[in-house]
Amino acid sequence: MDLIKLGLKEAADLLKKREISSVELTKACMDRINSRNERLNAFVTITEDKALEMAQRSDKRLKEGNARLIEGVPLGMKDLFCTEGVLTTACSHILDGFVPPYESTVSANLWKAGGVLVGKTNMDEFAMGSSNETSYYGPVRNPWDESRTCGGSSGGSAAAVADYMCMGATGSDTGGSIRQPSAFAGIVGMKPTYGRCSRYGMVAFASSLDQAGAMCRNVEDTALMLRAMSGFDPMDSTSVDMPIENYDQNLDKLTLKGLRIGLPKEYFIKELDPEVKAIVDAAVARFTKEGAEVVEVSLPHTKYAVPVYYIIAPAEATSNLARYDGMRFGLRIEGENLADTYRKSRSKGFGWEVKRRIMIGNYTLSSGYYDAYYTKAQRVRALIAKDFADAFTQCDVIFTPTTPTPAFKLGEKISDPIQMFLNDVFTTGASLAGLPGISVPAGMVGGMPVGIQILGKPFAEQHLLQVAWAHEKMTAFAALDVKAA
Amino acid sequence: MLRQDYELVVGLEVHAQVSTQSKLFSGSSTAFGAEPNTQTCPIDLGMPGVLPVLNDKVVEAAVRTGLALNAHINKTSVFARKNYFYPDLPKGYQISQYDLPIVEHGRMTVDLEDGSSKEIGITRIHIEEDAGKSVHDIGDEKVSHVDLNRAGVPLMEIVSEPDIRTAEEAGAYVKKLRAILRFLEVCDGNMEQGSMRCDANVSVRKRGETKFGTRTEIKNLNSIRNIVRAIEYEAERQVEAIENGEKIYQETRLWDAGKNITRSMRGKENAHDYRYFPDPDLLPLRLKEDDIEAWKKTLPELPDQLKDRFMRDYSLNNYDAAVLSGSRESARFFEAALEGGRDPKLVANWIMVELFGALNKSGKDITESPVSPAQLGQLVGLIEKNTISGKIAKTVFEEMLQSSADPEEIVKAKGLVQITDTGAIEKAIDDIMAANADQVADFRSGNERVYGWFVGQVMKATQGKANPAMLNDLLRKKLQG
Repeated sequence: MDLIKLGLKEAADLLKKREISSVELTKACMDRINSRNERLNAFVTITEDKALEMAQRSDKRLKEGNARLIEGVPLGMKDLFCTEGVLTTACSHILDGFVPPYESTVSANLWKAGGVLVGKTNMDEFAMGSSNETSYYGPVRNPWDESRTCGGSSGGSAAAVADYMCMGATGSDTGGSIRQPSAFAGIVGMKPTYGRCSRYGMVAFASSLDQAGAMCRNVEDTALMLRAMSGFDPMDSTSVDMPIENYDQNLDKLTLKGLRIGLPKEYFIKELDPEVKAIVDAAVARFTKEGAEVVEVSLPHTKYAVPVYYIIAPAEATSNLARYDGMRFGLRIEGENLADTYRKSRSKGFGWEVKRRIMIGNYTLSSGYYDAYYTKAQRVRALIAKDFADAFTQCDVIFTPTTPTPAFKLGEKISDPIQMFLNDVFTTGASLAGLPGISVPAGMVGGMPVGIQILGKPFAEQHLLQVAWAHEKMTAFAALDVKAA
Repeated sequence: MLRQDYELVVGLEVHAQVSTQSKLFSGSSTAFGAEPNTQTCPIDLGMPGVLPVLNDKVVEAAVRTGLALNAHINKTSVFARKNYFYPDLPKGYQISQYDLPIVEHGRMTVDLEDGSSKEIGITRIHIEEDAGKSVHDIGDEKVSHVDLNRAGVPLMEIVSEPDIRTAEEAGAYVKKLRAILRFLEVCDGNMEQGSMRCDANVSVRKRGETKFGTRTEIKNLNSIRNIVRAIEYEAERQVEAIENGEKIYQETRLWDAGKNITRSMRGKENAHDYRYFPDPDLLPLRLKEDDIEAWKKTLPELPDQLKDRFMRDYSLNNYDAAVLSGSRESARFFEAALEGGRDPKLVANWIMVELFGALNKSGKDITESPVSPAQLGQLVGLIEKNTISGKIAKTVFEEMLQSSADPEEIVKAKGLVQITDTGAIEKAIDDIMAANADQVADFRSGNERVYGWFVGQVMKATQGKANPAMLNDLLRKKLQG
């Protein structure tokens, strides 16, 4: 049995049956990480000792019959989540040496369910990027083709999961940062409805958009992991007090007959790779064969989603990043006086993409420009949300490509921010509307995986997971071949 | 006094620390005087990823204050971030309220010494968090220290309309506001410890002018006395500058209580753009009508209601009633001293003139009074019963302040009981008239002035114990023959 190829659910079941131990499973993952990470750069911190400690505790519980939901399963944690006693940098130089004295709610939930931390995954600095090239620790390489990006910002998590370094990993999604890397890596990634997962202890990028989610190799695993990590948190005023369903238990309880699939006409644009489009068409066809209906819907404000996103997100970011001043934690470069220390610490500590967004945000929030940019963007954001609400009166789910193209080459778009931003064209709309979305592997183009995105109504996570699961059952998508990799 | 041809215009911003156990957005303690940086948590320190959670008690306090100030309560209010860099501001922004505060359009009546009253508008009350404290150059150290115990402490900023026209009105406004906050138990009003702070926006204009002059903002006003003095100084300074043809700059000025002047802190305000925007970590604050109604029912009897009751039930005048209702302690003292049916006007006078005067001199407040309400009541009772004269009562009161003894004991021990025996007084008068025939003749020839001399002589002979009214009656009769 190749332990690293076990899915999260599969592994949890075998652990409960005591056919395998958490320590041996964790060691297998560690071996994989140690042999592959130098090439892929998926992890920025490897927590081998802590992982084995946690695995031993899990084995004890398993032995005593006190196993919890995902007892003993190795997981990767995006470096955006604060982990008590474990270096947390958001892959920024400015958080050098920062070891939080507190745990994020999402990671705490996973440890309470029995998860084992194998390490902190690489990401774009402060989650600002779509290719992982803005990380202070260098880009992640795509395990399918190391010359290509694994997407961003949760690129490290995507690569770690696709390359069998762990059974699942957390991601965070502000404008597509879970869905896009999942599509590029041929895995499943779900961003739940805004408010489903607590943001407490997750280093903030754009507070009104940031949402944690799960990344795994199949839909059932994703459902299980999401169930373990989400839920109301009194420490986050924007988290929603609604019960979490047993997502993994009800995946087969959906009748495809009569399911109304919405295809937004504005998403099938000229920049869309025709082969990618063919993959979406094929996915839709599988459903219609089972009795689902196709409805053409319109999301008329789609073209404003990327611009609105790139006004709101930097505005919030510029304020969220003000706390990195070299005073209380992280990098400090001593200057001549207070202002000089601020200037030097921040100049050295932030990378160029972060600086760009700080400047954009300060500009759009400054007096005289605030109404023209920020206020107007918020109004358009409301229109975008209304587009979706209107569309969902005619359909149950919306299918779109996750990205216009498969994973691009490292270095290909990094000097052209507009090209890079356009990569988010299909994912930002749902983020602005706060809607749940899942990316599932649907086919290959030029040897690289392609994902489709399924969007749903607010808090329809269970429904989306059922549709995604049905799709997975009907698709013969072959995960990455370990030997080939 | 300000020149007659100029008018002063003042608006006040009062920061009142809300009396809560924990901070506005975290569970850290708000107790005053702890070791630096011991009352902090990752939220107060602005660590990565942490989030604010609103303390409901502060909302309740702000709404009750709004109701007490006859204001409009906004059912929806919004928290906003005020962005600026400073070492004692850990997040790089202060969470405050900006274009949608929780309370707007209130008003308050202040009572002035000349017996008149004036209504002053309250523009708004908003909730915000305090910053920390920077301490520079302790001893020989050439470094600055930051204490974040205060960071995140809940404040209400109460902003008045520019309705204030004299420094006295400004003092009366702050005094009244402090009383209301204390009656509500939402703020301890302690200006020395900084739990109540005041900034004054001051401008002057020629009388008859309808436009406001350029204003300056005066900070660092940590007592009512300083507020009054700073406004007086600043008004004079502005008038003098205008008269000299100088321009008034819109700027922040610091009050220097040692030198009695305001000093410019130029450069700060003009350059700042706080880039306010709604805090995405906090949803808009929505209040339920039921909660507002429930909080309304918890309002205590407030200074104005107390004042009206004092005027109605005890026939006090407006100013006396306002002073005695100015704090719960003085109101309680007054009503306790009335026990046993004392004359309210007399009791009010004794409290306001003698007791407050003495307390003021010794720097005590009424809760520390060496004379209890019952003792003061007793003293007034002795006057009412003619046991002692008002003048003797002052001597007795001096003694009470020293020893905290009961007035009756003092009067007994010192033999101060008033002489109300007609015979004894008559005898004293007769003796003096017999010994001073010249003066008697003088009076009888029409010199009224010598009458006072006789009163003094008789009082001297009776060691001041003669009942003044009786003395007067008898003396006049006898002198006139």
